[in-house]
Amino acid sequence: MNTILSVENLMVHRGGVRVLDIRDLKVQESRVLALIGPNGAGKSTLLLTMAGLLKPEQGKIYYKGRSIETSAERSWMRRSVCVVFQEPLLLSTSVYKNVALGLKFRGMTQSDIRKNVEDALAYFGISSLAKRSAKTLSGGESKRVSLARAFALKPHLILLDEAFNSLDPPTRESLIDDLRHILEETKITAVLALHDREETLRLAQDVTVMSEGRLIQTGATAQIFNQPQSEFVANFVGTETILEGTVQNIRSGLMEVLVSGKTIEATGSAPISQKVFCCIRPENIVVSREAPENSSARNIFEAQIQKIVRQAFFYKLVLDCGFPVVAYLTVSSCEDLGLCEGATVFASFKATAVHVMRREK
Amino acid sequence: MELIVQGIVKAFQLLISLDPEVLGVTWLSLKISGTATFISLFFGVSVGTVVALNNFPGKRLVISIINTGMGLPPVVVGLFVTIMIWRSGPFGFLEILYTPYAMIIAQAIIATPIVMGISLASIQNLPPNLRLQILSLGASRMQMVWVLIKESRLPLLAAVMAGFGGVISEVGASIMVGGNIKGYSRVLTTATVMETGKGNFDIAIALGIILLLLAFLVNLLLTHVQQRQHPR
Repeated sequence: MNTILSVENLMVHRGGVRVLDIRDLKVQESRVLALIGPNGAGKSTLLLTMAGLLKPEQGKIYYKGRSIETSAERSWMRRSVCVVFQEPLLLSTSVYKNVALGLKFRGMTQSDIRKNVEDALAYFGISSLAKRSAKTLSGGESKRVSLARAFALKPHLILLDEAFNSLDPPTRESLIDDLRHILEETKITAVLALHDREETLRLAQDVTVMSEGRLIQTGATAQIFNQPQSEFVANFVGTETILEGTVQNIRSGLMEVLVSGKTIEATGSAPISQKVFCCIRPENIVVSREAPENSSARNIFEAQIQKIVRQAFFYKLVLDCGFPVVAYLTVSSCEDLGLCEGATVFASFKATAVHVMRREK
Repeated sequence: MELIVQGIVKAFQLLISLDPEVLGVTWLSLKISGTATFISLFFGVSVGTVVALNNFPGKRLVISIINTGMGLPPVVVGLFVTIMIWRSGPFGFLEILYTPYAMIIAQAIIATPIVMGISLASIQNLPPNLRLQILSLGASRMQMVWVLIKESRLPLLAAVMAGFGGVISEVGASIMVGGNIKGYSRVLTTATVMETGKGNFDIAIALGIILLLLAFLVNLLLTHVQQRQHPR
């Protein structure tokens, strides 16, 4: 894996307040990295710095192996790095001219511009809008135009700041799907500032959790979600069970998903050999001493209790079924069953309790 | 009452018969104020943009000064320009006092802060991230500035209207530096003042109507351009 951009010992202050303090961050080529964290964590500032739009007081940025220090180097970098802001920021002219803007800056010929713009519009399914005035578009359409404007440049690195904010759920859904396809197809390296766990799971291969200008944890998406290293990360990403798997078989509305050598049944449909995430809410896991018989639960696994954590009104159990599963049990059922760490139990859950999300590649 | 009715009737006769003197005065007014507005557009937009886009110490003071300039009293400008180009003044050697050139200078000085203030405000009103977005799309600094100016073309048209409207109806500075010389530096406003003083209300009313009509036509034209660019 090649590193396309890396940041070292970065410091940014604004109005005397430290907004970024990053020791080391690497962006791998042709991968999608999500920066997640609460508002004010410094995600946008980090994106601006990585885009060469903000000069850090301290620290180094390397892009394609070159140290970026002078303003000439920053403008060189800006030719192949593009940021897309949260708000669409379209000019009051036609959609076509908006998408053509960056290509025009590069002094491209009219026919090359036309080809690139038409491709970009087609990618985002907005070819029919080309002649419309950009100021008459809906929120979702504007967002697509601003993304098409960036992708038309065929950048080597694209930075998206809260791309799905303030979009209604169906619009957001379809945009996430399209963006995932485009990123997969073009292999453009992307860094996305997000604050939604589902968006993160669906789009990113790597995740960096940020808080107060610092990086808290960096790693592969599933790793961050399943093995948060600190309470902050755990709270932020949630503690549900999220399992990586591959669809093996589909029959009568049920999918068989292979997870760490075991088969989980889930409702819904996805193409065979599609890679997916299976999410199971902890309150949907039933724990029993004996293997349940004649149960409607399609998934029953023998499990070992790895950890029991007392929460306010319930116990949180971390189970090992060959894959990690988190279960919530009321205090009384936990005591009635006489559970302790290391004990062997059975974890069961219904196929309908498994939420399957497609993930890329 | 009779005076007014007679005046209006005579005024329309003058207008319909295309009186050469009235036409000459009108044409000169348009030339002088048009040139002055054009000059003010150049300085106003460029300085306004530079101030809007850069952060420097004392920026607020500069903006306050520009905004004060938007209400510059024409007689003060007239006085200042007169002193400057007075025979013994610093620019006396130019010998342009009581010429249309002096009027253009004075009117440009009146219009520039108006154009500057409006263009400054309109560039500042663009979304703050728009600049960064344009740069990130690969624009050079000049390309970015040009896109921003084009993006604020509507308020800039308003600046042109305000600037032109301000100088074509202005009388104090024009009379001080132009001298109201017949056929040379006599414009609509200075002629109106003079004819009113002489009691020639018919001519004064005719000139007044032309002045109103001009202001209306210019605004109609600019509004038309503005509306065509925004088909909504």
